Amino acid sequence: MSDTNQIKKREPLFSAQNIKLLKGPFNDNNPITVQVLGICSALAVTVQMKPAIVMALSVMIVTAFSNLIISIMRNGIPPSIRIIVQLVVIAALVIIVDQLLKAFVYDVSKKLSVFVGLIITNCILMGRLEAFAMANKPWQSFLDGIGNGLGYGLILVVVSFFRELLGYGKILGYQVIPDSFYQAGYVNNGMMILPPMALITVGTIIWIQRSKNRDLIEK
Amino acid sequence: MKALRNYIDKIKPNFEKGGKYEKLQSTFDAIETFLYVPKKVTFKGSHIRDSIDMKRTMSVVLIALMPALLFGMWNVGYQHSLSIGESNGIFDNFLFGAIKVIPLIAVSYITGLGIEFIFAQYRGHEVNEGFLVSGMLIPMIVPIDIPLWMLAVATAFAVIFGKEVFGGTGMNVFNPALIARAFIFFAYPAQITGDKIWIAGLTEGKGVIDGFSGATPLGNWGQNVVDNTSFIDMFLGFMPGSIGETSKLAILIGAGILIFTGIGSWRIMISTLLGAVFMTLIFNLFAANEYMKVDPLTHIVMGGFLFGAVFMATDPVSASQTNKGKYIYGFILGIFAIMIRVFNPAYPEGMMLAILLMNTFAPLIDYYIIEANINRRLKRVKKAVN
Repeated sequence: MSDTNQIKKREPLFSAQNIKLLKGPFNDNNPITVQVLGICSALAVTVQMKPAIVMALSVMIVTAFSNLIISIMRNGIPPSIRIIVQLVVIAALVIIVDQLLKAFVYDVSKKLSVFVGLIITNCILMGRLEAFAMANKPWQSFLDGIGNGLGYGLILVVVSFFRELLGYGKILGYQVIPDSFYQAGYVNNGMMILPPMALITVGTIIWIQRSKNRDLIEK
Repeated sequence: MKALRNYIDKIKPNFEKGGKYEKLQSTFDAIETFLYVPKKVTFKGSHIRDSIDMKRTMSVVLIALMPALLFGMWNVGYQHSLSIGESNGIFDNFLFGAIKVIPLIAVSYITGLGIEFIFAQYRGHEVNEGFLVSGMLIPMIVPIDIPLWMLAVATAFAVIFGKEVFGGTGMNVFNPALIARAFIFFAYPAQITGDKIWIAGLTEGKGVIDGFSGATPLGNWGQNVVDNTSFIDMFLGFMPGSIGETSKLAILIGAGILIFTGIGSWRIMISTLLGAVFMTLIFNLFAANEYMKVDPLTHIVMGGFLFGAVFMATDPVSASQTNKGKYIYGFILGIFAIMIRVFNPAYPEGMMLAILLMNTFAPLIDYYIIEANINRRLKRVKKAVN
């Protein structure tokens, strides 16, 4: 992986290299469409925009801080038990996030149900810890976590935007398709609410991305 | 005719490499080869090949569909007359149906071919002719009152995600027409299930005579209601249903054309029927409820089973390719179609889902048939060597 390059000492906080860590996941290194990680939750929580945004934020926070913590501890972790250590850190963070959601946005937390808990098993987290945080400094790892969380969130928001708009005629819970449309015979697309359409929407994003950037196409 | 040929020859250079409209080459090519048999000949060696190319093949399927379509048009009018309690002449009924059906066909073709042309242009391919048949099949398997925009959305979905994603005609895993129907079925269930939608104008409830029910035989059975439509009515097609599926006689004429010209595979048709009969007989043995007691022949003439078996299961692209595989493919397809019908009241017509399911398995069946053949021949070689 290109982003595991050693980064020189004493560089500014937002050097070009660090900005790349943040921006990469938006495009050519997106965790969902390119690395194909975290698909399961991306399909499950994207029926409406609100839960999708909350989920994206939760994943971003957990990724960023687990990356940071593991990166700080990376020299002290014995290689043979590193997965367990990583899991403990992730689990602790996920539980904190889960409790916060329950305390402040209870209804969204109910909608997300098990999927917040399942962040623990989200492949993006383990993937970033193993591929990046174990070999890089805390600040870069933190940025990498934020970047990947945002890349994941971007796809979630795009997918949930289309699913909520076409499936319910709403955006963020507000009716955007006017009543006159429904009276003229427009009907919400029931299939957008079903999981297959989430897969097809993600597939379409992947399709568009790869036809724009041919380097991403697998041999 | 001569003048047209001359005109095409005259404007042809514009579309060839370096010409004015070079970019529209594939569109031009599509129209030219549609009108005339292509002039392309082989230069090296000799190839034995049938004189009909894919466009002619598709035309034969279209001709085979005509009896069912024409009957469907008439039946739309006939069922409408029944529902409002009038008796109109054959011609009036046909006219009423034609006015209702032709917009559906037009929408399906315009949307589908439009997308095909755009993709062909963009990729620099020839325009594929596969949509000629799909575009006719799609309006024939939907209820008459389907809103036109819905049909357009479903057609677009089917062409893009059923076909172009995989690389166009000949590459698709699923039958595009069925993808369109499945899309409507899951996305807009109110417009394709129930007992109101199969007859023109019934949803608005205008002037419907008392006690008239628009339920199809299959719909009734799906609700575990004993249906008394006579066998001969179902065979000839005097019942509500999707546009092209009602008359089994017309479909059998189409099947005759397909089998006679060798375009549709009789192996698939026969084995699908056998599979259905086999499954129905098993259900008859158990006979746990009224639906399970329905005899095989009734199952075959009900709903879209026969239409699916003749025109959709035999789709040369998505069906099995090997002869043995065709038997297996058809047989399991028949079994599943009846099983879904009887077991799952939410999906009254099992044929659509059964065909889509078996489309997924067709390559696997072929793979094992070919592997088995290779192994058998290897053994023979080893024996000969020893």
